[in-house]
Amino acid sequence: MSMTTSNTLTALRALIRKDLVLYFSNRRALIMSIAAPIVIAAFFGALFGSGSEKPSKVPIALVDNDGSALSHAVAASLKGDTSFDVRELAEPAAIDAAREAKVRAAVVLPKGFGAALPAALLGGGEKPKVAVHYDPSQATALPLVRGLLTQHVVKALGESMGGAPGTGGPAKAAFTLPYDTETFATTSAADRPYNGYAHSFAGMGVQFILFMGIEVGVGVLLARRLGLWKRLRAAPLSRTLLLGSHILSGAITALILLAIIYAAAIGIFHVRIDGSVPGFVGIAIAFALLTSSFGLLIAAIGKTPEATRGLAIFATLVMVMLGGAWVPSFIFPQWLQTASLVVPTRWAIDGLDAMTWRGLGFEAALAPISALLLFSALFAAIAIWRFDWEEPRG
Amino acid sequence: MLEALGLCKSYGSRAVVTDLSLSVRAGEIVGLLGPNGAGKSTTVAMLCGLVAAGSGQVFVGEGAARQPLTENSQEAKRRIGVVPQELSIYETLGAAANLELFGALYGLSGSLLEERVAAALKLVGLADRATDKPSTFSGGMKRRLNIAAALVHDPDILIFDEPTVGVDPQSRNAIFDNLEELRGRGKALLYTTHYMEEAERLCDRIVIIDHGKVVASDTLAGIERLLPAMQSLEIEVDGPVDLQALAGLPGIDKLTQEGAMLRAGVADLARDAPALLTALAVSGRRVTRVASARAGLEDVFLSLTGRQLRD
Repeated sequence: MSMTTSNTLTALRALIRKDLVLYFSNRRALIMSIAAPIVIAAFFGALFGSGSEKPSKVPIALVDNDGSALSHAVAASLKGDTSFDVRELAEPAAIDAAREAKVRAAVVLPKGFGAALPAALLGGGEKPKVAVHYDPSQATALPLVRGLLTQHVVKALGESMGGAPGTGGPAKAAFTLPYDTETFATTSAADRPYNGYAHSFAGMGVQFILFMGIEVGVGVLLARRLGLWKRLRAAPLSRTLLLGSHILSGAITALILLAIIYAAAIGIFHVRIDGSVPGFVGIAIAFALLTSSFGLLIAAIGKTPEATRGLAIFATLVMVMLGGAWVPSFIFPQWLQTASLVVPTRWAIDGLDAMTWRGLGFEAALAPISALLLFSALFAAIAIWRFDWEEPRG
Repeated sequence: MLEALGLCKSYGSRAVVTDLSLSVRAGEIVGLLGPNGAGKSTTVAMLCGLVAAGSGQVFVGEGAARQPLTENSQEAKRRIGVVPQELSIYETLGAAANLELFGALYGLSGSLLEERVAAALKLVGLADRATDKPSTFSGGMKRRLNIAAALVHDPDILIFDEPTVGVDPQSRNAIFDNLEELRGRGKALLYTTHYMEEAERLCDRIVIIDHGKVVASDTLAGIERLLPAMQSLEIEVDGPVDLQALAGLPGIDKLTQEGAMLRAGVADLARDAPALLTALAVSGRRVTRVASARAGLEDVFLSLTGRQLRD
């Protein structure tokens, strides 16, 4: 019997209704679909959009090798700028701070700076050279540092000469910037240019290996659904062995993936482990353990594989965003920069950066390794505590 | 070989199993029957060591080797093979690789593992598909591999939880042959099923549970004796019958009428059937067809557990 138009419409309505009922009855997936865009949009909106919140201070180091009244005035002026969090340090410590990402830039005022500036302003003397050592992974901070530095130097110079340059006095006719800036990326060595792929591979490697961790957890949930978990539990195996095998297999998989990703980074994109190789390996192992314990946590708190996968991907994306893989963390509000320290991805990405292009030693790997292992232990403890061993029965 | 004594299990305030005892001896197949929600799955889970009993205990082995089964009693668990209702095999691992995995979980390795894998595959008729992945198998082949996974460590006790769900008659018969061979080798088999004809064919003893309690436990013959009417009659008549009047006849039981079909249980076919047919003729009803059948396990099962839907 052929379908009439009325029958076709009835069937169409029934099929559409079925799809809507099925979609909206999966509350977790629904919440995810609504919450994910709202949270991510709110995050980026807060970073780039509203402007109502005071921007976070950019941490910089200042080295005053001159010690003149003018260099003191520049330092005081910089310290009074709400855009900066200025730390006065000796030159080696300042450069190390930039290399270790503790500051975005280290500004070095050279000896003779104060004496040379007035003449240089009028074009009659050699311009002093101000060195700016900057963190190349967050190079967008460099124009800000250079711009504001100019403003404060000119301001201090103007005040020392009894009026602001450009607003009157002898400088009005022939104003030039009275100093030159030399910029240095704080990479592992002076002859080693910054390789932007190194940071990208750290961020994306962390993100996609965490996705693999999600599959470890969802795999346990699927095994539960298919009866495989019950079958494994019927075998003479302890709970520790069952969960431990998942942690180890997940960690081994994560390590293999990380090795392949970095092999590609090294072989194709010339990323180098310029820091400590044992430190890099230590961070990789700690992150691999974190990945598998994250997977186990998902298995412990998840209900259905479908909803859990969506929720876990969302959580991973938030962690990776906060970890600074997508946008530099210095543009976060101050509270968020502090909060991101309790996000394991931040430690993983910072640690991998430190061991690759930053070229830091093993001691710089200790904090990331410790943090990642602590997070792993925490995730595993919660997973074991929350894991539902009993098969629900009727 | 496998003995459960006074098992109780509750989920919250809901008692699922109450004071349940059963035993399975070596070289014996015991059928565990019950309607949905009777507590069968919970009982099986306790017998496998998957769920801890609220009270009572499960023992494995005999004599000096008898030991209690708990989730952590690894030696006792090693003596049990479990065939879950679900297909508990890895679809993307080869058939032999699946068995190697399950054998390794029970401590087998090396040449012994290889021998056991080959023997298990041979028993279930999959020796020629050892390297193929279950994802390429038919439903019946997957079921047989599911069974082989429980056999590979050569356990003394085998627990089958509805192992023939969704298989064709050929595969079912092959599975039955496997079970009978295992019984012949002296294994103790516990078999749960919803198919009464399977229990009738395979089981030496039958345990029927309902509402978490054992309501019958005996050999098939013993179970069938529980039903007062041993024969059932099907009589096609030309109109409605006064059931109340017929129920007063001696030896007549369980009278029902659905349309033209009148059904009755009779204790003695030769004595009671003529009396019933005579009573129908006297009442003016014309009989167009008569058939008789011996009451089977299903009749006893429905008699003990009722006809009400449980889901």
